[in-house]
Amino acid sequence: MSHLSRRDVLAASLAGAAVGALAVRSLPSFAAEPAAPTAPTAPPAGPLVLAPLPYADTALAPVISQNTLSFHYGKHHKAYVDNGNKALAGSSLAQKSIPEILRATAGKPDQTAIYNNVGQAWNHDFYWKSMKAAGGGAPTGRMGDRLKADLGGYDAFRAVFTKAATGRFGSGWAWLVDTNGKLEIVDTPNADNPLTTDKKPLLVLDVWEHAYYLDYQNRRADYVGAWLDKLVNWEFAEANLG
Amino acid sequence: MSTVTTLSLPTLPYADTALAPVISANTLSFHYGKHHKAYVDNGNKLLAGTDLEGRSMEEIVKATYGKADKAGIFNNVAQVWNHDFYWLSMRPGGGGAPTGRIGELINSSFGGYDAFKTELTQAAMTQFGSGWAWLVSEGGKLKVTKTPNAENPLPHGQTPLLTIDVWEHAYYLDFQNRRADYVAAWLEKLVNWEFAEKNLG
Ligand SMILES: [Fe+2]
Ligand SMILES: [Fe+2]
Repeated sequence: MSHLSRRDVLAASLAGAAVGALAVRSLPSFAAEPAAPTAPTAPPAGPLVLAPLPYADTALAPVISQNTLSFHYGKHHKAYVDNGNKALAGSSLAQKSIPEILRATAGKPDQTAIYNNVGQAWNHDFYWKSMKAAGGGAPTGRMGDRLKADLGGYDAFRAVFTKAATGRFGSGWAWLVDTNGKLEIVDTPNADNPLTTDKKPLLVLDVWEHAYYLDYQNRRADYVGAWLDKLVNWEFAEANLG
Repeated sequence: MSTVTTLSLPTLPYADTALAPVISANTLSFHYGKHHKAYVDNGNKLLAGTDLEGRSMEEIVKATYGKADKAGIFNNVAQVWNHDFYWLSMRPGGGGAPTGRIGELINSSFGGYDAFKTELTQAAMTQFGSGWAWLVSEGGKLKVTKTPNAENPLPHGQTPLLTIDVWEHAYYLDFQNRRADYVAAWLEKLVNWEFAEKNLG
């Protein structure tokens, strides 16, 4: 299993400086999305936007309850957006894309407020889209073919992804990424994500405790299993292949 | 902390209802009964048959800190030590400003209890992700520090006096996203200053 430690992210960021712009061009970003008329906030006071959830807040139950979403989306995600905009206020970075902001601030102790909040705002947006009601299970079509060709099939994917998600110690994320045409599974700590590397994110699972504690308490493995079986949005993953 | 041959789950130093309403019996049932127990069980599994087996937790933590191939042992053993220390850092009817020797040291090191409170709150609030905030003694002076995940002050040559767990599992059932409320209530109602003073040596 490959791990994206902070050092790896930085190394990849440096190594990928010449090709990074090409690699990240197609990545989704808040800046590219229209402001949603139903967003529960006033017009954004900065580049980050709390986009509406792509489904009703009851749609992911019982795997992820409405109660969990009310805090995870309404409090945690909102705080990352608000604090990120606050941290960016007056900075020249506010005009940049999210991958550019993350690459410019990664590993800089005096920039952690921007790096952590912008990264977390993007990660959560990507997480909501990685799920759908009645999703999960083995994908068919192009994603099914790619899992077979690159990872040995769905069962092998499931085993490696589960290991990454349950083995990530502390707060973080488990990702399915496309690294130069090959699918890989990586996990990252805290706010880190693949946008600072040449790995293109396809799917993400939030394994911060706040993502599952109200519904599963210490049983992270049960949350990961149910997420894989019932929530994965394979159409989103396939669209991210480009 | 005592030397151990294998890791063990200590008895909580109070009833599981004693810290309510700041920390509920429900939270303790998972935090102590599941998380802490899992660190003990996994730590023992990982230590079995290694040359670290039978050494004290302090020695193991110092010997494995920063070693990528020993991360599993470090994480589990340090978390056992941290949780043992966290339970002892609290008591029912605790908190508030300390008196006596520890009170004097808080005053001389921070300029008063309020300044200490502000510093500890700041450390606990800004530990991004999972981790711990600490009151430590270093070179005869008290300091506030914070550490990520399983890390603790032992490898840094500091003497821990108190700790607060700011992993989300420590407060999520009782406070959800409101870490600030957990930290404030902990300072006002739970801090075991007698334990901190004893740790001064
Ligand atoms: Fe989250
Ligand atoms: Fe804990």
